[in-house]
Amino acid sequence: MTWETVIGLETHVELATRTKIFCSCTTRFGGDPNTHCCPVCTGMPGTLPVLNKKVLEFAVKAGLALNCDITRYSKFDRKNYFYPDLPKAYQISQLYLPIARDGAVPIHTDAGDKTIRIHELHMEEDAGKLVHDPWIDQTRADYNRCGVPLIEIVTEPDFRTAGEVIAYLEKLKETLQYLGVSDCKMQEGSLRCDVNLSVRPMGTDGLGTRTEMKNLNSFKAIARAIDYEAKRQIELIQEGKRVVQETRRWDENKDATYAMRSKENAQDYRYFPEPDLPPIELSEEYLDGLRAAQPELGEAKRARYQAEYGLPEYDSQMITSDSVLARFFEDLVALGAPPKQGANWIMGEVLGALSTRAMEPKDMKLTAPTLARLIALVGEGKLNRNTAVKVFEAVFDTDGGVDAYVKEHGLEQVNDDGLVRDIAAKVLEANPQSVADYKGGKEKAFGFLVGQVMRELKGKANPQSVNAILKELLGQ
Amino acid sequence: MNIDTEMVDYIAELSRLELQTGEKQAMTAQLEQIIAYMNVLNKLDTTGVEPMSHVFPVKNVLREDEVVPSQDRAELLAGAPVPDEEAFLVPKAVD
Amino acid sequence: MKLTELTALELGAAIKKGEVSIKEAVQAALDAVAVRDKELNAFITVTGEQALDQAEQLQAGVKDAASPLYGVPMAIKDNICTRGVKTSCASKILGDFAPPYDATVTTKLADAGAVSLGKLNMDEFAMGSTSETSFYGPVKNPWDLERVPGGSSGGAAAAVAAGMGWYAVGSDTGGSIRQPASYCGVTGMKPTYGTVSRYGLIAYASSLDQIGPLCRDAADCAAILDVLQGRDPRDGTSLDGQYGNLLGGLTGDVRGLRIGLPVDCYGDGQDGEVKTAVLAVADVLKARGAEVVELSFPVMEYVVPTYYIIAAAEASSNLSRFDGVKYGWRAEEYEGLKDLYCKTRTQGFGDEVKRRILLGTFVLSSGYYDAYYRKALQVKAVIKDAFDKAFQQCDMLLTPVAPTTAPRLGESLSDPLQMYLSDVYTVSVNLAGLPGLSMPCGFDSRGLPIGAQLIGTHFGEGVLLNAAHGFQHDTDFHKRAPKGGDLA
Repeated sequence: MTWETVIGLETHVELATRTKIFCSCTTRFGGDPNTHCCPVCTGMPGTLPVLNKKVLEFAVKAGLALNCDITRYSKFDRKNYFYPDLPKAYQISQLYLPIARDGAVPIHTDAGDKTIRIHELHMEEDAGKLVHDPWIDQTRADYNRCGVPLIEIVTEPDFRTAGEVIAYLEKLKETLQYLGVSDCKMQEGSLRCDVNLSVRPMGTDGLGTRTEMKNLNSFKAIARAIDYEAKRQIELIQEGKRVVQETRRWDENKDATYAMRSKENAQDYRYFPEPDLPPIELSEEYLDGLRAAQPELGEAKRARYQAEYGLPEYDSQMITSDSVLARFFEDLVALGAPPKQGANWIMGEVLGALSTRAMEPKDMKLTAPTLARLIALVGEGKLNRNTAVKVFEAVFDTDGGVDAYVKEHGLEQVNDDGLVRDIAAKVLEANPQSVADYKGGKEKAFGFLVGQVMRELKGKANPQSVNAILKELLGQ
Repeated sequence: MNIDTEMVDYIAELSRLELQTGEKQAMTAQLEQIIAYMNVLNKLDTTGVEPMSHVFPVKNVLREDEVVPSQDRAELLAGAPVPDEEAFLVPKAVD
Repeated sequence: MKLTELTALELGAAIKKGEVSIKEAVQAALDAVAVRDKELNAFITVTGEQALDQAEQLQAGVKDAASPLYGVPMAIKDNICTRGVKTSCASKILGDFAPPYDATVTTKLADAGAVSLGKLNMDEFAMGSTSETSFYGPVKNPWDLERVPGGSSGGAAAAVAAGMGWYAVGSDTGGSIRQPASYCGVTGMKPTYGTVSRYGLIAYASSLDQIGPLCRDAADCAAILDVLQGRDPRDGTSLDGQYGNLLGGLTGDVRGLRIGLPVDCYGDGQDGEVKTAVLAVADVLKARGAEVVELSFPVMEYVVPTYYIIAAAEASSNLSRFDGVKYGWRAEEYEGLKDLYCKTRTQGFGDEVKRRILLGTFVLSSGYYDAYYRKALQVKAVIKDAFDKAFQQCDMLLTPVAPTTAPRLGESLSDPLQMYLSDVYTVSVNLAGLPGLSMPCGFDSRGLPIGAQLIGTHFGEGVLLNAAHGFQHDTDFHKRAPKGGDLA
């Protein structure tokens, strides 16, 4: 029998607001334990939540971008459970009237195009962090993350393969980054996934018993956990055993999922409307305003880069893979850089420099005007490209002044053909063997001669004119 | 709905409360009596009545996204039953 | 001049004129506490030294004082946070918790020049109608030490009645200001929901809780509410000040005021003396030019169950944070995390609190939510509607505060359901978010105070206070003090 895997995702995304969802403490990552806290986010008695305006705005923007229906009258609910990372012993979330519902996300995989339906999107608060200290055999509760705003995006069980899941997550990540509502850094936990998975005989309609996998913090882990869990369930069924509905934890080191203790599974969250937060009623004007302000997303940008700038599909894909790079590219073009040249610099030098420094585009110091100036100098024939790359390396980390650097280091391209001709003649004179080799048909020897001329001119000559002059002197 | 000791055990577990055997009997009887009394609400037909969680039409109470300095950590931790200079301490809670 | 016989406004005026120093006033109140509170047990914490220090500091500013209550000593119910001062909710579980923040009302009072004498005893977490469920022992009624002062703001009512401070601020979730005010013969008011900030009020039932004053008369009540009212950015449910300056609006003129008598509130299960005294209020107001209308309020049998379902549900959630981890008391012995929670909560909460937590957990639990909690929210809408209809026919309702005068100590707790039923006249006011005022309107044959309740429309505080002011102009029930109450 062949089996089909059925997967639904619950993705928690941390919103890029300055302050927490219900108090004015910073959301900055890190910090000493319990230093980003106040009586509200540590659940002190008598304190009350007040909703951050930006959280609502970001959640609605995300809902719109995921093609959801925005709930005009929305409320918060309390989800009650005891755990030391939750100081109020309830999480403020949305169950009955989430901010957005019924969305759709088109994805593209090697197997073709598909639409993933979004069941709902809601706002909620993050919990704190628990760290066990084996020396004192006590767990430390750090509430810095408590109250950091999240949106949870719940899909319908529309995925059939790990590839589809990854394609969806890539799309989600790209969309949210373009919107500016989240930086989606998985390693800092700002994008986290729970995977609901069941299997069924191919061609049947019913849903099998599902398990929920938590603790998935990289695309790789998600893909491997899905493959592992599908296989585990199929084997169970084939052995005549039953799949138990439970929450399973993915263990990255062991490459396996294992069941969490059943007590943690027994839950009755006793949701009820949060009395401390008045409802949210969104007007058409508010929604129209946000709709009008929605930025161009990756999909549209890729199409436009190809149509408007004539970039190849590959280039468009590379540049739009990150909203910061796309913005950088558009700024370069706006500053007069030829699109293809701008794209080449980004895909070559910029990405290379970032990768050797293990940096994210958003942390890059180099600004578009600096690179645009460099590209212009090359275009005007004032710098040759090799020298320009050296200048790039020199200014990348500080966004230093290009013109000043070129002047200070005397790097301006030598456009004096007379001088090039004199040097070339000297080089030919000094290297009779190479001249002979070249004339005997060894193309490599010509490269050597060009290199010698460039060396004499400290790399500042225009390679094209060096080529032309050498060939002329060699009698061609 | 009849409240029995099994139900009381269940809600006590959810509430993180423990009842001794004698106490449990008494509590069960009281809750049973109280809940039986509450069933008087069933006399009232509320079909189509929207549940009212907030009594006033107050809505959209929002704050600006502006950081206010957090509270001094020592003050926040001062009332913790088991003191530590940087965190609240609990028995092992991480798997 | 016997200082403790003055009203808060009279004392405030004397302080302003320089006839009395703030320190003298504080000392008079502290003397009363020293003499009377051993038997009354109205205070959990007395901050005498702080009060005397504060009196000295405030004295310098008397001339520039804006509030008519500047320098007047008062006290605060122990579920309202006071920075650095123990705030226990009369529960073992909060231990010696001294919050690192003030409630908004605490700040407002301090800004108005109020001098706090300390923190007042109450039913544990404001759950109770007798002030007997306190971990710190029961409060006694100053009119009869064998009787309860009412609850949950029993310490507040007893303190004001016994001259231990000129006014108090308490909280009212289902009658917790009005009923003890009634049992102790003082004036108290639960304002419109949202007009006084709840920030720093340790929540019992968030959708019903309101802070309000307990004091000597309607004028004091107006002056205190003028200090307390106003929107607070830290409380999302607080409303913009909608009733303006209350003290300035007091005339006692009730001509043309339509007073509604809900016939359903004058039926069975009510003490005859209570009924007579309350109905006599209508006569006094009628004599001042008001009209009296009889009307029906056909939802009385639903109000108590609706209230207890909603209040218990919210309480079960609000009180989950007390777990021995972040603040307050932790059980001495436990094995592991879950046991820490269970032991701390089991030993830290009293029986009435546990009963309501269990009840609330039940009505929210899977399978029962719709039948109980959701149903109660629907009935709440029906009750609100009944009030709206009643207020089409009148401007204010007049009812008893409680079916009887103060019961004996120990009488109520043995039968929780019976105790819940005694809240029948007060809880609907919280469900509908309306203002309710309790004022002394007579004494029964045992000499115990009887209270009348005035219920107004949203933001109708001014109407209620004006009617009470008029009534108090023509009567002296509010001026009578229990024996031993006139010390200074």
